Amino acid sequence: MSATGIGAAVRRKEDHRFITGQGRYTDDINRPGQAHAYFLRSPHAHATLDKIDTKAAAAMPGVLGIFTGDDLTADKVGGLICGWMIHNKDGSPMRAGPHPALAQGKVRYVGDHVCVIVAETLAQARDAAEAIVVDYGVLPAVVDTASAAGAKTVVHAEAPDNTVFNWHLGNKDATEKAFKAAKHVTKLDIVNNRLVPNPMEPRAAVGDYDDGEGAFTLYTTSQNPHVARLVLSAFIGIAPENKLRVVAPDVGGGFGSKIFIYAEETVCVWAAKKVRRPVKWTSDRTEAFLSDAHGRDHVTHAELATDADGKITALRVHTTANLGAYLSTFSSSVPTYLYAPLLSGQYDIPAVYAEVDAVYTNTAPVDAYRGAGRPEATFVVERLVEVAARELGKDPAKFRMQNYIKKFPHQTPVIMMYDTGNYAASMKKALEIIDYKGIGKRKRDSARNGKLRGIGFSSYIEACGIAPSAAVGSLGAGVGLWESAEVRVNPVGTVEVLTGSHSHGQGHETTFAQLVSGRLGIPIENVSIIHGDTDKVQMGMGTYGSRSGAVGMSAIFKALDKVIAKGKKVAAYVLEADEADIDFADGHFKVKGTDRTLDFGSCALQAYVAHKFNGQDLEPGLKEGAFYDPTNFTFPAGVHICELEIDPETGITRIERWAAVDDFGIVINPMIVEGQVHGGIAQGVGQALLEGARYNADGQLVTASFMDYCMPRADDLPSFDVGMTVTPCPSNPLGIKGCGEAGAIASPPAVINAITDALGHEDIAMPATPQAVWRAAQKSIKRMAAE
Amino acid sequence: MYAFTYHRPATARQAAGLLAKKEDAKILAGGHTLLPTMKQRLASPSALIDLGACADLKGIVRKGRNVVIGAMTTHAEVAESAIVQEAIPGLAWLASHIGDPHVRHRGTIGGSVANNDPAADYPAALLALDATIVTNTRKLGAEEFFTGLYETALEEGEIITRISFPIVSKASYAKFRNPASRYALVGVFVAKRGSDVRVAVTGAGESGVFRWPEAEAALKARFAPKSLDGLKATAKGINGDMHADPEYRAHLIGVMAKEAVARATGK
Repeated sequence: MSATGIGAAVRRKEDHRFITGQGRYTDDINRPGQAHAYFLRSPHAHATLDKIDTKAAAAMPGVLGIFTGDDLTADKVGGLICGWMIHNKDGSPMRAGPHPALAQGKVRYVGDHVCVIVAETLAQARDAAEAIVVDYGVLPAVVDTASAAGAKTVVHAEAPDNTVFNWHLGNKDATEKAFKAAKHVTKLDIVNNRLVPNPMEPRAAVGDYDDGEGAFTLYTTSQNPHVARLVLSAFIGIAPENKLRVVAPDVGGGFGSKIFIYAEETVCVWAAKKVRRPVKWTSDRTEAFLSDAHGRDHVTHAELATDADGKITALRVHTTANLGAYLSTFSSSVPTYLYAPLLSGQYDIPAVYAEVDAVYTNTAPVDAYRGAGRPEATFVVERLVEVAARELGKDPAKFRMQNYIKKFPHQTPVIMMYDTGNYAASMKKALEIIDYKGIGKRKRDSARNGKLRGIGFSSYIEACGIAPSAAVGSLGAGVGLWESAEVRVNPVGTVEVLTGSHSHGQGHETTFAQLVSGRLGIPIENVSIIHGDTDKVQMGMGTYGSRSGAVGMSAIFKALDKVIAKGKKVAAYVLEADEADIDFADGHFKVKGTDRTLDFGSCALQAYVAHKFNGQDLEPGLKEGAFYDPTNFTFPAGVHICELEIDPETGITRIERWAAVDDFGIVINPMIVEGQVHGGIAQGVGQALLEGARYNADGQLVTASFMDYCMPRADDLPSFDVGMTVTPCPSNPLGIKGCGEAGAIASPPAVINAITDALGHEDIAMPATPQAVWRAAQKSIKRMAAE
Repeated sequence: MYAFTYHRPATARQAAGLLAKKEDAKILAGGHTLLPTMKQRLASPSALIDLGACADLKGIVRKGRNVVIGAMTTHAEVAESAIVQEAIPGLAWLASHIGDPHVRHRGTIGGSVANNDPAADYPAALLALDATIVTNTRKLGAEEFFTGLYETALEEGEIITRISFPIVSKASYAKFRNPASRYALVGVFVAKRGSDVRVAVTGAGESGVFRWPEAEAALKARFAPKSLDGLKATAKGINGDMHADPEYRAHLIGVMAKEAVARATGK
């Protein structure tokens, strides 16, 4: 291993600019003559738009234009799209209503876009917004996930029972048979709480139109600028792709919420041509709460069947997923193909059957959020397994190990073919780290101090590196999920890598450079990673689903293969040897069995000088590109164990210990991977203990600020004990599985399993706030007194 | 934010003069509540009178059996003051636990008291310590000063200049933070002065800070945490919201009162 190659804990190259305030985010970009957009948003969850009177507002100082949905229609600007088609059980397509960028006829959630005001300054745009008179015909709102289907209030006429689809996966008959034959059935009702993503950087957009070229540029906070361009061009109809450049500069966190193509960037880039001025919009925090796509929001009934030996024989679930008021870009895939195929967990379960009903409600759209479907699946499986072990009187660790898949590859009943893994190895390591043997004593010590101590497990699996284009295509995805890379070697041997992946905090500028530095044997400083600009990078699918390592880096790996192959040809000419006799190692081309060598930099120079070969036999230059399409998903898996203590007097839960043992395959940079695990666990602990988006019956978001929506803070978290096991992924050349979402997937059930262990009963939901835990602890105390 | 005029008087007297002249003027005494509200366009004063340059409103002195704190003294200054730490350590402890470092270095005692946020910490200290609020026109006892949610006895044109705290034998504060905002979900200040004991509760009351007479009676018999065993605050008149319903808040009043007494008695 070289000091900067794969496996080295290289410090992040990008951090100098971030921590010295020199990052360049979308809001840092200001174009000459720039105007500002302000979106007038609906204060009602559900209302007809009877009249929008903009007359007085249009005459106010600084106002350049006020536009409504009708203006978009007149310009033939299409609505926002959902890129994943789901079919109902009966084979019919899902029922989706239109999703206009500016409302047409009706508003469907608080924060929905009524119209946009473009003015010289933001303050002027806001002043004008206050002068717009909107006649709303307020309608009752449908808010509750469980009762939305068939509610009297209808969100979209296209889905008259508020149901977008009734979908299923798995083997229904085999599952029913297994449940009939079961010795024991464990049943749980589960709510997976709705979350607000809250990246540190709010969404922003600057639209620019160059009349001379007839071309648009959009600077935006995107995890996938090429997908944004594709959608804005091919579906929404802003401009052909060659006349639309999308730039996603530094992006300060996304967690999924910046995958999607939103109304605001669509309107800003379109309006730039209308007012012939660059148009900027930056979300404020309230707008972020109201209009960023939310995450999770499932209501599930789940059952697990076991036989007389404690072997799991079947699992079935019925889930209702709230998709909000409109279908966001990938919303339909989250509670379906990103969810149900993970319901086999790490276990050998012969029969699995999942039914999912997706509903419209008068709430913000719901889409992928860190983990996207997999946290929801893991929560169902790991709660069921933990409770089953308790009901059967078995040790939860042993019960898991008894049911783990032990032979690979393993075909589950729900699509997935797990390629490799060693689940028991992770469990054993985690048990050691947490000192499982000592838990009895620690529980007694806590009890002596009037505290309740509990321990909870989570054996998670996820499907990452999405994904084989043919596979996702057959499941309804609108595009294949490959990745592209181009490696440009400069004449002096420095390298620029253009990648379709997009870093919004992951550290690609470091990890991708490590791959190049290691393979080409050149200093890491000589490698630059370029991403986030459709004018520079030809095409790409972006960063989400822990795919940038497994898919994005594999594309770079393929392009590097080609660079080295071309380099060998150049070296053969320069060293006057046969190409087959050239080896490449440690940054040098070498003629086998001789001491004749050519270092990589000199080879690059010769490739561009091109004196030593004629252009017919060998083209000058050293630049190669590759597209990589994976052959399978990757399957990161691991075991997290949470140990905590509850103060029954106050309901405060303190996490005392956390063991995380993950198998991410080959690790590029252990420091960055550990950081991903820490951040993921923090987010998962946030979901389990603190976070919850709540709408009242009128559809008002009552948790629309940090005063009421509780984000995890450093003092809510313990010091994490992170361990690793490694089974290299066989389906990509680097053996990478992906690490970005694991912590957020693993941690919620570990926390809730620990809390319920401490309480001695299962009656607690997420978020387990002090109030909820206090109430649940009173129940425990009463029970203990009765016993 | 809407447009406003900005004034920075050098003395409290000048400030009072400006306040009398300007219609819809607001006093800026730290601004940690007022400025966010203005940014959200929920407040639109025509003028801001910033007391930040009024040297006569700053500082902490000991005057006989009292600690007198200027209205524009920041929470951090109170927390770090040797005078307060020595005379009423419980008050310094309270100040050191208000908000976060940003708030503690900008927010002021006068601003906090005048705003009377029902979840603010200082009102509990003022009420339990029987402090006197001195304004440019008169002196008010804490009991008569806090009149309701965000409401005080301050009249138009009146500016708090200083707050005088009697030095007590034992005092401290305990708070249960709202997990999200970290404001006091329940905060209890206990103070023992001679044979008198006062227990004041913030964060929990439907109409702001209030005293808990049952706890005071129990602690008068013996100022120790044990004296509060089995004593329950009533949920009647207690706030309920998504973070804590009245029953839970009432329960926490008892828990926090005990914690405060324990801290005051070093137990």
